[in-house]
Amino acid sequence: MSAMTTTTAGPTRARLGEIAPIPLSRVVRVELRKMFDTRAGFWLIASIAITGLTATIATIAFAPDQDLTYYNFAKAVGYPVTVILPMVALLAITSEWSQRSGLTTFTYVPDRRRVILAKTWSSVIVAIASMLFAFAAGAVGNVAGSTIAGTSTVWDLSAGHATTIVLGNLVSLSIGTMLGMVLRSSAGGLVMYFVLVLLVPNLTSLLATSQDWFAHAQPWVDLPFAQTSLFEGMHTGAQWAHVATTVGLWIVLPGIYGLRRVIRSEVK
Amino acid sequence: MITIEALSKAYGGNTVVQDISFTARSGRVTGFLGPNGAGKSTSMRMMVGLTAPTRGTATINGRRFADLPNPGREVGVMLDASAQHAGRTGGEILTIAQRVMGVPSSRVAELLDLVSLTGDEADRRVGNYSLGMRQRLGIAAALVGDPGVLILDEPANGLDPAGIRWMRDLLRDYADHGGTVLLSSHLLGEIEIIADDIVMIGQGRIVCQGSKAELLQAAGTVVRSPDVAALREAMGTAGIQVTVLPDGSLRTDTDIADVGRAAYDGGVLLTELRTADSGGLEDMFLELTADTQRDTHTERSVA
Repeated sequence: MSAMTTTTAGPTRARLGEIAPIPLSRVVRVELRKMFDTRAGFWLIASIAITGLTATIATIAFAPDQDLTYYNFAKAVGYPVTVILPMVALLAITSEWSQRSGLTTFTYVPDRRRVILAKTWSSVIVAIASMLFAFAAGAVGNVAGSTIAGTSTVWDLSAGHATTIVLGNLVSLSIGTMLGMVLRSSAGGLVMYFVLVLLVPNLTSLLATSQDWFAHAQPWVDLPFAQTSLFEGMHTGAQWAHVATTVGLWIVLPGIYGLRRVIRSEVK
Repeated sequence: MITIEALSKAYGGNTVVQDISFTARSGRVTGFLGPNGAGKSTSMRMMVGLTAPTRGTATINGRRFADLPNPGREVGVMLDASAQHAGRTGGEILTIAQRVMGVPSSRVAELLDLVSLTGDEADRRVGNYSLGMRQRLGIAAALVGDPGVLILDEPANGLDPAGIRWMRDLLRDYADHGGTVLLSSHLLGEIEIIADDIVMIGQGRIVCQGSKAELLQAAGTVVRSPDVAALREAMGTAGIQVTVLPDGSLRTDTDIADVGRAAYDGGVLLTELRTADSGGLEDMFLELTADTQRDTHTERSVA
């Protein structure tokens, strides 16, 4: 035990200034920091950049020359973003329960809705940054790829299409947020996430080919199906309606249920 | 000041905290004592809004915890020192507290110093911390916002005797500066060393509360003489009810001065006359919580 110093434990109050409410922006900054300050969190986000760069190089190396266009590069770099971001959003929420750090987090900020809102904002900030990275990496890859292949550089991604790609990724991200709130368990959340993104789309496409009624209903109830049009380009108003109904059904409704559970559940 | 009024928690039909009321005053260290499973942790979680009470209220300086604009600046909380992300460093955990509360970053170094964690230790991940180090870190995190109230669940758990002494001195100093401390323990010895006031809880109910001095007093007087029969007779003459303890001494609830007077009047030689101190309080603890104890073999008869 080292010798005690002059610092006293006693409350001195005035020294640290007036007690003011905590602004949401501060909670967002702290939650953003918490996404990076563990090894697991840091490498999860770093893996977006690493796999993105790998995808750029792979596209240059393996894609046929006519496919060396900006859209294909952006798609290749963006795919890891789409897969990994929801895990970032999910783990930001579930770790408070699985690692039990919620015992402190929710005593610093007792209004749990604000904590969830801050976590969602910080996930969105990471998402936007990741997609800007993906678009930039795609641009570099496109220039480099076409130069190496000796083809002309093709810029075939409109601003409108880029926006719907961003929206598609934000929809993916909110799947993670929703699952995090509903399940509040890292292991359970990750398993459920992979079931939803890997298993369910296969089952629904199988169902759609065998059952005629489902083939008609699918655009209205199948979220990954509706998301595909966001990634590949929106052309009709019906597509927007499909996105709105599936997001409402699979993200907003369970999200409301999850938020209620987050607010009411006991933090132990 | 912490004010608990008629606080209750039931899970289905199972009541784990029943109608507890007490006040933890400023300038005092209040010990929340009870066997494992008595409802201490549930009560503390209700105080800080992590568990919703079935009935009753808990206020801190007159306000519900959830209504505090920046709780960390008014209440330091440590409910479980191990409930931290194992991958974060100790210093990072303090930095998060410092950032959320909006206090100067110099607080991190100050608090590390206060709880005697070195810079090297602060850079290590808490997954590698011993329980004692986690307790120190937890105390530091609770103190970052310079709060006037501390709520600590089993803070001495995992500390060695020197560590317990360190914590006693730290909390004593904190209370002497006007702070309010509520700490729980399932070990009477810890509470006796650290607390000024004691709230004893068993099976979700408060079984007794008061200042440590009062409770020691309530434990009665122990008196001993080589001539036990004469001593009993003298006590009987004075109308003092006594119990013979296994070691041959007598225990009574009567005030020590009256017992001395009765022995003097009866002309009995005394070899011991004292208030029943720690042993008495321990007897009371075991007696009052006997039916809630899981280890029934620890039961001891007092009467």
